[in-house]
Amino acid sequence: MTAVFALIRRDVVLALRLGGGGAIGVAFFMLVVVLVPLGVGPEPGTLSRIAGGILWVAALLAALLSLDRLFQADFEDGSLDQLMLSTMALEQIVLAKSMAHWFTSGLPIVIAAPVLGAMLTLPADAIGVLVLSLVIGTPTLSLVGAVGAAITVGVRRGGLLLSILVLPLYVPTLIFGARTVEMALLDLPATPSLALTGGVTLVAAALAPFAAAAALRINLS
Amino acid sequence: MALQIENVTCRRGGRLVLSDLSCQVADGEALVIRGPNGVGKSTLLRCLAGMIPIERGSVNLGDISLADRGLMQEQIVYSGHLDAVKPSLTVRQNLDFWAKILGDGGRVDAALAYFQLDGISPRPAAQCSAGQKRRLALARLMVVQRKLWLLDEPTVSLDAASSALVAAMIRDHCAGGGIALVATHIDLDLGEAAVLQMVPPTQTDPQEDAFLTGAWT
Repeated sequence: MTAVFALIRRDVVLALRLGGGGAIGVAFFMLVVVLVPLGVGPEPGTLSRIAGGILWVAALLAALLSLDRLFQADFEDGSLDQLMLSTMALEQIVLAKSMAHWFTSGLPIVIAAPVLGAMLTLPADAIGVLVLSLVIGTPTLSLVGAVGAAITVGVRRGGLLLSILVLPLYVPTLIFGARTVEMALLDLPATPSLALTGGVTLVAAALAPFAAAAALRINLS
Repeated sequence: MALQIENVTCRRGGRLVLSDLSCQVADGEALVIRGPNGVGKSTLLRCLAGMIPIERGSVNLGDISLADRGLMQEQIVYSGHLDAVKPSLTVRQNLDFWAKILGDGGRVDAALAYFQLDGISPRPAAQCSAGQKRRLALARLMVVQRKLWLLDEPTVSLDAASSALVAAMIRDHCAGGGIALVATHIDLDLGEAAVLQMVPPTQTDPQEDAFLTGAWT
């Protein structure tokens, strides 16, 4: 377990350093959301109705920004070769790196979301549900993204290919996550769609490490 | 617990790189791998490290087979062309990390001192010279205790004094019962080390795919 924690810690530290891309994701997330009222107009009714969808779409795009470097940086400098010979299984390495990615991309989005929700005139109880849906749903973005990152690890400018591969796989999370906020807004029970968001995350957590590890093995040989 | 390589055949991108390669290295011995560029020295080392799948043949370290990935990877330390050094971490942080990933996190100070990196340990690796980064990469060999060392051109960008340190480190490892396979173009002073002279595969490839014939030319 020491090795797993050491890997998570190093990835978080590297992401927070200059050029690590840690702050970029959340800055992009906030910018996209701030741009929306400028585009669709400041009418409170309209904004609160589309707030859940906007925040979730922005979260999807923000997660993509830092995903292309998830394995590529380690692939290019030989760290991935060394990680292959560590005491950890490659699946564990994928899981650890996905967690580190969530800490530096998903968690800041969760923290920024209430302020942005309020800006889009979401009522207080809907903001609570929004935060909950993001906490439960955003790990999927890192996990499924890890599979795309592993497939495109050897591709130059793989980020473009990565987004095309990964965005369609984000659709279930987007639908259930945005639906959860909409339900809360309409004073309907949000639990079913919240549970489905969680279900998608659990499936991703169970399958993504194996898929990503298999893709990495092929790319390293 | 010797290393036994039997009839190993490996293909990369449809091209036969290793063809029925066999050799044996006893405990406490080093094997120097020589041969012209592109003959497959790096491929052989990466096959043994389990990174490239072999098509036929077997590799055994004592009673552990290469197919038992989990067991085998804990016996091996590999040093390739790339240094696996993160420029934004300090020299010490880099080595500390690998000590925890590959082993139990100990012996970092001794390894830094051996490669004369203790003076620059608080410095970001981005400010290190190519030779210093190389020494940092090689210091990784000392922070773990593993039986089989696979070294691919370990002395690239090192000066004569540092190359001598590397040779002494490999001799020490072998004196302790370890096995080292070293692909190198220079004369490392490794005592009585055996030499594997690699030649390109000459036999016609029986498994040549008719569909792909000429596809790579």
